Amino acid sequence: MKPPPFAYHAPTDPDEAVGLLAEAGAEGKALAGGQSLIPLLNMRLAAPSVLVDLNRVAGLGGVEVDADGVRVGALVRHAQLEADTAAAEAVPLLGQGLRLVAHPVIRNRGTTVGSIVHADPAAEMPAVLALLDGAVEVRGPAGTRTVPAAEFITGPMETALATGEIATAARFPRPEPGTGTAFVEISRRHGDYALCGAAAAVTLGADGRVTRARCCLISVAPVPLVVDLTPQLAGGGAQTDEIDEAAAVAAERTDPDDDIHAGADYRRHLARVLTGRALAQASAAASASAAYTGADR
Amino acid sequence: MSTRMFGAPVQRSEDARLVAGRGAFLDDLGAAACAAAFVRSPHARARIRDIDAADAVGVEGLIAVYTYEDLSGPMAEPLPLLIPHPSILDSRTPYALAREYVHHVGEAVAMVIAEDRYAAEDAAARIRVDYEVGEAVVGIDAAVAAERTVHEGMADNVAAHLVQEVGDARAAVDAAPNSLELDLDVERSAGTPLEGRGVYARWEPASSSTGSDDGRLRVYSSTQTATGVRAAVAAKLELALGQVEVVVPDVGGGFGVKIVHPWPEEVMVPWAARRLGREVKWTEDRREHFVAAAHERAQRQRVRVGFDDSGRMLGLDVDLLHDNGAYLPYGVIVPIVTSTQLLGPYKPGAYRVEFRSLYTSTVIVTPYRGAGRPQGVFAMERTMDAIADHLGLDRLQVRAANVIRPDEMPYDQGLLFQDGRPLIYDSGDYPRMLEMIAELVDWPGFAEYRDRAHREGRRVGIGVACYVEGTGPGPYEGGHVQVETSGKVRVATGLTSQGQGHGTVLAQIVADELDVPLSDVEVTTGDTRRMGYSVGTFASRGAVTSGSAVALAARRLKDKALRIAADALEADAGDLEFADGRIQVTGSPVHSIDLSTVAVLSNPLRYAFDSASAAATQFSGSADYDRPPVAEGEAPGLEGTDYHSPLRCTFANGAHAAIVETDPDTAEIRILRYCVVHDCGNLINPRIVEGQVQGGVAQGVAGALYERMAYDSDGQLLNASLMDFLMPYASEIPSVEIAHMQTPSPLNPLGVKGAGEAGVIPASAALAAAVEDAEGFRVDRMPISPSELFELRRRHAAGGVPSVPARPSPASAPSGAAADAPAPSSPPPAGAAPPEGPDPSEPPVPSAREPR
Amino acid sequence: MTEEQHDIRLRVNGIPHTARVPARRLLSDCLRHDLGLTGTHVGCEHGVCGACTVLVDGRPVRSCLMLAVSAAQHDDITTVEGLAAPDGTPHPAQQAFGECHALQCGFCTPGFLTLVAAYVRDNPAPDEEDAREAVTGNLCRCTGYQNIVNAVLRTAEITREQDGGAGVPHARPSAEHDGAAGDATAAAPRTEGGRP
Repeated sequence: MKPPPFAYHAPTDPDEAVGLLAEAGAEGKALAGGQSLIPLLNMRLAAPSVLVDLNRVAGLGGVEVDADGVRVGALVRHAQLEADTAAAEAVPLLGQGLRLVAHPVIRNRGTTVGSIVHADPAAEMPAVLALLDGAVEVRGPAGTRTVPAAEFITGPMETALATGEIATAARFPRPEPGTGTAFVEISRRHGDYALCGAAAAVTLGADGRVTRARCCLISVAPVPLVVDLTPQLAGGGAQTDEIDEAAAVAAERTDPDDDIHAGADYRRHLARVLTGRALAQASAAASASAAYTGADR
Repeated sequence: MSTRMFGAPVQRSEDARLVAGRGAFLDDLGAAACAAAFVRSPHARARIRDIDAADAVGVEGLIAVYTYEDLSGPMAEPLPLLIPHPSILDSRTPYALAREYVHHVGEAVAMVIAEDRYAAEDAAARIRVDYEVGEAVVGIDAAVAAERTVHEGMADNVAAHLVQEVGDARAAVDAAPNSLELDLDVERSAGTPLEGRGVYARWEPASSSTGSDDGRLRVYSSTQTATGVRAAVAAKLELALGQVEVVVPDVGGGFGVKIVHPWPEEVMVPWAARRLGREVKWTEDRREHFVAAAHERAQRQRVRVGFDDSGRMLGLDVDLLHDNGAYLPYGVIVPIVTSTQLLGPYKPGAYRVEFRSLYTSTVIVTPYRGAGRPQGVFAMERTMDAIADHLGLDRLQVRAANVIRPDEMPYDQGLLFQDGRPLIYDSGDYPRMLEMIAELVDWPGFAEYRDRAHREGRRVGIGVACYVEGTGPGPYEGGHVQVETSGKVRVATGLTSQGQGHGTVLAQIVADELDVPLSDVEVTTGDTRRMGYSVGTFASRGAVTSGSAVALAARRLKDKALRIAADALEADAGDLEFADGRIQVTGSPVHSIDLSTVAVLSNPLRYAFDSASAAATQFSGSADYDRPPVAEGEAPGLEGTDYHSPLRCTFANGAHAAIVETDPDTAEIRILRYCVVHDCGNLINPRIVEGQVQGGVAQGVAGALYERMAYDSDGQLLNASLMDFLMPYASEIPSVEIAHMQTPSPLNPLGVKGAGEAGVIPASAALAAAVEDAEGFRVDRMPISPSELFELRRRHAAGGVPSVPARPSPASAPSGAAADAPAPSSPPPAGAAPPEGPDPSEPPVPSAREPR
Repeated sequence: MTEEQHDIRLRVNGIPHTARVPARRLLSDCLRHDLGLTGTHVGCEHGVCGACTVLVDGRPVRSCLMLAVSAAQHDDITTVEGLAAPDGTPHPAQQAFGECHALQCGFCTPGFLTLVAAYVRDNPAPDEEDAREAVTGNLCRCTGYQNIVNAVLRTAEITREQDGGAGVPHARPSAEHDGAAGDATAAAPRTEGGRP
């Protein structure tokens, strides 16, 4: 299991990287953390003739936290983001998702943006981006653009990136005040891709009533499946029966496949169970958040 | 007298090297060797129309491409059937490279040699093979149906068929007051050592030392048998045995798969090394290991059992369908082991077992740790639980009614075992084993725990399973022990090590025999240059056979040392003893001679090479001119060689109990406690035995809850990676609580029994029982995943899976359960009182560890 | 067709090396076959087993999922051969694995040792659950992990003993180590580089 031969470039300038990839066309591949790409190379399931190593490209590192949220550069390793306390404070769902990504050793090398670009339907970070209505910053031969999360992942392992384009950063917006989030999943072994996973965000108003509720399910659809459950939960107190009903709605929207690890019906069942658990945890987190508890508690 | 090493939990002598990164595994050798890669069939069934290597020629670094057409003589014949057996109807074994047909995905079709593995893979990818694709036969159903056959020229897919019967079992079942029928199913798994296979060979040109005009071959192989590979390679390459040396370096796990020999790669690499006159190395990669090595376990079982109202078996009638994969190189050892070891610690009444071993278009099936026993134990223990449920009896009580009592030992089951010798249990105390497992897991206390868990909305269950394991089969192993003039003791045995700690355990035995420090003893395994006669490492036989052999060899050495020392000390040999590296007049340390000096005296010299050896030279001391320097009947050197050839296997035993929790919503299965009672006779090194048990249990849990080989109907293995073959991490494996029994074997000088496989054997049975107990419905198929448990729940709710009744609380000790069971032959040892019924005056003690 | 070769410089266990490799050479193969450091083992070449784990700038990574040319961009690599002190004193993890019988065949062991060395450096007082989670992500087929978990705890204990005892900090091969005197968790080498 050795990679096939390829031409290798390690540019330092982003435009040079884009130029090299554009020149290589469909034969080119960008390398960041490599934790998904290199296994494919080793198994010769991918055989690009040109590999553009982004690891030396200037300006792709760094986690920036501001009033809008967290901007994560393309070379930020999962572990680096996980350790960033300002980012965790601004967007708790980042940490809730990151701790579920493979194992710490993989997170030491793998990048969060790379995971989003890889677009595995079972991956956590694309779901985090989607649930938060984040966006991906893209640089290409024609310049830069920003692609909303909902438009970025177009299918299993497929994204809106055109030939020659690279994702330079991902933006994770701060959830609105009063929002609690949670990410739960079930995998066969610790660290495996999930059989099913559910991220949830529940926002409570000053009266403690739900104003907005959404979930994002992984491994049960071709892309991270965002379901708006506000109609089911708005105005209520996120009681058990309300959550159950909302979870059932979410599960109905899934379209899982049978595979060697789990049947489709089981996955759909998990979607319901895990959506319920995620909603319950998220609403508990929302209740505990400073925005809701206010000064009088 | 120094501290006795036998029985001491000493630290392993192997470890310092391994933790420093100085291990020498196969791929760590041969830095200058060129690399081999194989073109492997992508089809499960095909005829090869053409192989075209033209595209590969331009690959930089390519040295050679070989196909079947390049082979001749024995190399062009099929690989051997290693263990012939009269039950085999049609034995098919592979060719070193496929000849016309391929019969499973992964079969080697062509060999590429290149300067490194990268180039070899580049070239292999460019070799075009034109296949005429046929239809595969996958799974036992398809094999039985025989709408098509795996092999050309066969009318069906039956490789072997055997019936063994003791008494008239079918009549006994029919006549019994109660009878049950069970259909059971076990899926494939595989040993999957972290180091795959590997072979490295070099050809040495002829000299007067090679004993031939055409040179000598050195083969390094990651194998479980050095002598087996040597004999097989010599035969295939038409070399004299003396022209072939096989050296087994550090081996990164075996678990049975590496006892198969010679693999196609194991003959092709030496063949190419000789042909090219270059060092050649092949290191199996992970994907190759999944599709080109071996798997095990898959069986379909039908059990009919008749029993009386106390649960005692009167007749047992078992029908096994065994999937042996595409070829049968290892014969029918696995189904024979299942057929015989199925009986476990029990008396079946009349017994009939019939197996059919079936070809399928999949990777070969050969022994994987446990070697057919996990399946047999699954059948027997599922049957025990079914009997208990049928009668409304406690599950341990039914087992107690059926076990062989100590006063019935040795117990002849009336069958022929896998070593071709009678299945006679040598020793064991099975009633005590049941008492101990009940005590360790707190079997009587579980009902209270279950009730408490139920009140919290949790589902928990307990299961138990017992086994008897024939270990340490012959024909023999050898030991060679030599004391050097430095006083260092060199020990050699022929079998190989894959992590069992032979280097430590054998040294412990010899250190005791010679009364020398453990640090002075060094052990060599798996090197035909040091021990040419050996069988190999399999069937939990290392400690039994090589342990006994090195003890006997040390005793021979001692006899010789005493003769020399008696001369030197002018004492009677009978008055001498070994003490702290010396031989002394008994009780008189001042009249002594160092073993190193005895070693000097044992080898009369002409030439000195150091001050110690000078003492043995011809002018160095008084000589008896009437005797030759080496006395008649003696040989130079302070050494001894001997062999242990056991009369038959020695039978270890044990019982496992598992407590599981199943998630009512997600159907996840978690092990809360895992308890093991284990009897492998005298313990040489308890630390190593416990390590073997823990590792075995981990593989057992893996096979029960995580691992399977997922073939599609075309014979493609869908999970040929560690991403999808779910070998567990630490997060999936429970801590194991172990209690030892030590019932010595009368069949070897050390009183030991094998320990290597035991941990894996009853795990699937115990976990199936525990999941069944938690869920309240029958579990008759393993492994079981959460998705499958979810499906079972749905089918059970729809009436498609039978319920099991609420289990009675055990009211008394298991050994006293059967009303007419004789009392145990000896009272239980102190501190091991049989568990008693709940005492209302005592507060209930939670028995299951709380989940983390 | 001639494959382009790259001249790379790798600092491994504190020693600078040069190698001439094609771009596709995996770091694991470069360490083993180009530099002769065969202590790092290869068990799956798709990042699951962890036998090839080495420390890159002090952090455990899979060397089979890294190209040697990419690794050359980093400051420092530590393999199992570099864990012991220069005088040969075993690293606490190496000592603990022997004491706890945390290895059988020894093939996966180098990957566990580098992992545990880094873990205990960063987490000096793990409990059993922490220890088990720390080694989850590396596969061992022999031990059933129980003794490996024990060895993690023992590594931490030895490290504390050493720090509280003679006060001899465990030597680190990397000359570029920050060398903070107040670092009480001397264990695996780590270079705090300005990685992006």
